[in-house]
Amino acid sequence: MPFEWFVALRYMRDAKAQTALVLAAVSVGVSVIVFLSALIGGLQTSLIDKTLGSQAHITLRVQREEPRALAEPTPTLAVSRIVEQRAQRLRSIDQWPRILAIAESEPGVIAVSPSVVGPAFAVRSEAKSPIVVRGIEPERFLGIIDLEKRLVAGQLTVDGDDVVIGARLAADLGAGVGDKLRLASSEGIDAIATVRGIVELGNDTLDRTWVLVSLRRAQTLFGLPGGATTIELKVADVFAADAIAAELRARTGLTADSWMAVNAELLEGLSAQSSSKLMIQFFVIVAVALGIASVLIVSVVQRSREIGILRAVGIKPRRILLVFLIQGGVLGVVGSLVGCGLGTLFARLFESGTADATGAPRFPVELGLPLYLQATGIAVAVGLLSAALPARRAARVDPVTAIRNG
Amino acid sequence: MADPSPALVVEHVAKYYGDAVKTRALSGIDLELAPGELTALIGPSGSGKSTLLNIIGLLDRPSEGRVILDGIDTSTLDDTALTALRGRALGFIFQFHHLLPAFTAVENVMLPSWGDRGFPSAELRTASEDMLRAVGLADRMTYRVTNLSGGQQQRVAIARALVHRPKVVLADEPTGNLDTASSDEVFALMRKFNRDLGTTLLVVTHDTRIADRCDRVIELVDGRVQSDVRRA
Repeated sequence: MPFEWFVALRYMRDAKAQTALVLAAVSVGVSVIVFLSALIGGLQTSLIDKTLGSQAHITLRVQREEPRALAEPTPTLAVSRIVEQRAQRLRSIDQWPRILAIAESEPGVIAVSPSVVGPAFAVRSEAKSPIVVRGIEPERFLGIIDLEKRLVAGQLTVDGDDVVIGARLAADLGAGVGDKLRLASSEGIDAIATVRGIVELGNDTLDRTWVLVSLRRAQTLFGLPGGATTIELKVADVFAADAIAAELRARTGLTADSWMAVNAELLEGLSAQSSSKLMIQFFVIVAVALGIASVLIVSVVQRSREIGILRAVGIKPRRILLVFLIQGGVLGVVGSLVGCGLGTLFARLFESGTADATGAPRFPVELGLPLYLQATGIAVAVGLLSAALPARRAARVDPVTAIRNG
Repeated sequence: MADPSPALVVEHVAKYYGDAVKTRALSGIDLELAPGELTALIGPSGSGKSTLLNIIGLLDRPSEGRVILDGIDTSTLDDTALTALRGRALGFIFQFHHLLPAFTAVENVMLPSWGDRGFPSAELRTASEDMLRAVGLADRMTYRVTNLSGGQQQRVAIARALVHRPKVVLADEPTGNLDTASSDEVFALMRKFNRDLGTTLLVVTHDTRIADRCDRVIELVDGRVQSDVRRA
């Protein structure tokens, strides 16, 4: 075994109580980091999952229609005018199949779905409910929102008269699978629909208003033959949505809204969560570093006569430096192994302790190799850094003084 | 006996402390130690014995003059080279045996060479065990040194000082805190290795019984050599 390792490990073994205490400190520190990261990471992932479970990552639609002036001022003509905002009517995206192809070719986009979205009423005997009709191509739409997972009754048949509706709407109308509804669109066009499936998206507004019909039926209902009012996209990296939306805005001239813009408040909340996590981690790291440094400084002072002897018999300062750096590094590695174990245990206990009646976790935690590697990396770096000062001090011990004062 | 290549030469060495008011610890010391000589360095407290020993042991640098060890002018070396030379050419036996309490007897003997090369070798282990056998500690090799008696600890220190076959061994009051029987034992060992291995030994001592048994006695008073007597 190399000299430095032999001496370092023997010193740690020799001072068992000190070593055990500082190891406990490092382990607790690392376990806090692991637990906290797992909890907050899990929370954020599940929040984002929930948010994105019922909406597209990017939505393309036509730009608002701007008022047009009838006369423009010229050098010789002054114009006095009152500008009124135009009422926005439901319009199709011009040449939407071409836009669809552009969106599909955009790197990072994994699914694209055209739809006609418009307001309507659903009527069943006495009950009337305001609804949002979404005309979709089912195969494409499933790439955007995973309806299979959210189906609570019937099946996902959206074709001809067959429609799928939100669970709250079904309750409000008292409609079950197989029942018929009358859909009255804002354009004054009616259609009869048969409920084939009921979905629960976990968002009250959507569950109260969504009626999924075929694209063709929606085109008829809103008087937009062959048209599509929106194109919805799903991207591989959800946090790249903003950048891809900007790119598509430039390439198509359409309005492109990313989920990040739509859910700015959620993102702000997530980033506040992340900064508070970093804050706590920072103070934990400082406390652990102080613990390691103080124990090693005490060790250097206690052993200064021995260090002096080693120096006197020809051991180079570099080796003495390494003896104490190794101790810091070993404390970091061993502490992080124990800490990762403890943190995982805490996280799993918390997860099962807060599970709902069915045993499904209410706060799923996010553990994994990257987290462990990160925690270990931090602990080892902290160990080495906090050992640096004591180690330099040890390397500078003057043999004559140390032996005389010993 | 003017040896053509002395093991150690001390040339005009002086040492003083302090800047404004200079305190002279040593002034104009000239010494030569012939190979295989067993020399006692005596003198009252404060006469500069320890200072001289530290300078000869390359633990301290002289204010003036130079030390030539094994033909190497040490005044030209930097600290790293000094440390390396110290580890190779010198052996130390301290008054309070100064062993490393966290290690066993054999580990204490091995550590200087181990630390010099970085890794231990089978030869080093064998040599260390042989050394401990030679000082009569065959059955104590794997004992923690804190579990050994004072005399045993000093014998471990002798084994440590000699295992790498240094040119010169420096002993600072090696019997200072031992009873008469242990003192005699320790001195007998030093004498034995001096004869068997031809090691040059410089022993700082207060003990006249020890000094009387050396080949040469140098007396230091007020930082100067008062007398230098060789016995036939």
